[in-house]
Amino acid sequence: MKITKEEVLYVANLARLNVDEEDVDKLAVQIGNILSYMDTLGKADTDGVEPTTHATHLTNALREDVVHTHPGMEMTLANAPEREDGMFVVPKVVG
Amino acid sequence: MSLHKMTLTEAHGLLRHKKISSRELTEAMLSRIDTVDPKVGAYLTVDKEGALAAADAADARLAKGEGGPLTGLPVGLKDLICTKGVKTTCASKMLENFIPTYDATVVEKLKTAGAVFPGKLNMDEFAMGSTTEHSAMQVTRNPWDLTRFPGGSSGGSAAAVAGDLCLASLGSDTGGSIRQPASHCGVVGMKPTYGRVSRYGLVAFASSLDQIGPMTKSVEDCALMMESISGYDPRDSTSVPKEVPAYRELMKADEGQGLSGMTVGVPVEYWEAEGVDPEVMAAVTHAKELLESLGARCVPVSLPHTEYAVAAYYVIAPSEASSNLARFDGVRYGLSQRDGEDLLSLYKRTRSEGFGEEVKRRIIIGTYALSSGYYDAYYKKASQVRTLIMEDFSQAFKACDFIISPAAPTPAGKIGEASDDPLEMYLSDIFTLSANLAGIPGMSVPCGFTGQGLPVGLQLLGRHFDEATLLKVAWHFERAADISKARPTL
Repeated sequence: MKITKEEVLYVANLARLNVDEEDVDKLAVQIGNILSYMDTLGKADTDGVEPTTHATHLTNALREDVVHTHPGMEMTLANAPEREDGMFVVPKVVG
Repeated sequence: MSLHKMTLTEAHGLLRHKKISSRELTEAMLSRIDTVDPKVGAYLTVDKEGALAAADAADARLAKGEGGPLTGLPVGLKDLICTKGVKTTCASKMLENFIPTYDATVVEKLKTAGAVFPGKLNMDEFAMGSTTEHSAMQVTRNPWDLTRFPGGSSGGSAAAVAGDLCLASLGSDTGGSIRQPASHCGVVGMKPTYGRVSRYGLVAFASSLDQIGPMTKSVEDCALMMESISGYDPRDSTSVPKEVPAYRELMKADEGQGLSGMTVGVPVEYWEAEGVDPEVMAAVTHAKELLESLGARCVPVSLPHTEYAVAAYYVIAPSEASSNLARFDGVRYGLSQRDGEDLLSLYKRTRSEGFGEEVKRRIIIGTYALSSGYYDAYYKKASQVRTLIMEDFSQAFKACDFIISPAAPTPAGKIGEASDDPLEMYLSDIFTLSANLAGIPGMSVPCGFTGQGLPVGLQLLGRHFDEATLLKVAWHFERAADISKARPTL
């Protein structure tokens, strides 16, 4: 399976990654090869087979709705790259 | 006997009989790390102060006749397991300075048991890789041959145990990341059943596949660690509310019976696979004969969908990774590149600089597989194939109690000589990753050496939640094979 440079850049943008111009060709080839290998899945007969997303057949894990103590804002914000008034700071989002 | 060479069980005996103190043991281990680890490169962080404080606390408990089988014993941790107040980097620039504000459940459990943590161990970045060469921090060398890699992704955890730089360690296994380095470094490694051990505080790679497990010098130590870390945890909704068996007791029950009455499944697809090193095959064939001499009966079994396992895995794992790693956005913790003009550039610059090449490659593959128009062809198809692989094992386990194979197709390779082709690396996981897809337990036990003195591991696979059978078989095997005492010289 061939994947184009444009497709690599499109998907990289979805994943919020920049790809250097000099790496795009190499990535396109590598990902193309990997996806070609994935195409072997097409040979497997999966008609009527249910997909598995968890191997232990868990059902919803429910618990009692009990009030717990929150560990505190300081713990949550301890690793914040930038904070102000008990909040995470991000660049301006709306104009 | 040098203190660092002991197993957990041996060291516990000395501590309990007051022959040594935990402080002596911990100081001996820290000084060994000082002198030997520069050659191996297993540790990313050494926490001397924390380790010695824990050792003193353990000595105080022991003096009062309190404490258990892990009290005062140095255990290393793979650096993707959160430790409160101690850096947890995932061997990534993204988390280079990340200091968790809480302990993972496994760390809490080991702390309660009185274990001592000398430090955090190297790995492939975010556990993506099979050689530990994808660490953004440093190279880790195989203690049996310092020109070779230790395997991966739990390469630091395996090398530290093999090099006597801790008495035991924890690793994590998403597609073989405990069993393959255990095989390459000649230690015991177990990937428990999905749901057996809480992942709360484990940095997530692929959530439907990840499990934490022990890496040890002996099978008994592995059973001991399993007793300590297993169990239901309300903070991990995938952990299963099942009682934790007394593994050590079960392992030794009916000792005189050996393995008589047990049936070993020998899957043709694994034993006739192409590309398996002849010396690896010779060692596991010898192991199979040894199991027979212990009374087990071998039967051929078939896992007919094995040929699709690598493809299914490398759709599912990167898909889940692309979603899990979306959290690294430079806003709440970790690397943050803030000199751009807007939020989008904060995301992109942080992620592009923070992630290494292999991590980015997998994020892109996963994002592609989940993107609009491709979901059915890749993720859904792979999830259906996963069902078929699980059914293969269910069928096989109707005819046998456990399954054996090599843990890895080759012994450890030379550092820097692994192929530049990522697909080739992925294909080397063929024997291990089906167990993650099926959620079954697996382990690697040392079973021999190549002519060049490189360790080879025998893989045992079992039914869901039947770690006890694997430990029992491994314990009998270890005693009969008598190779676990062999240690590398450093």
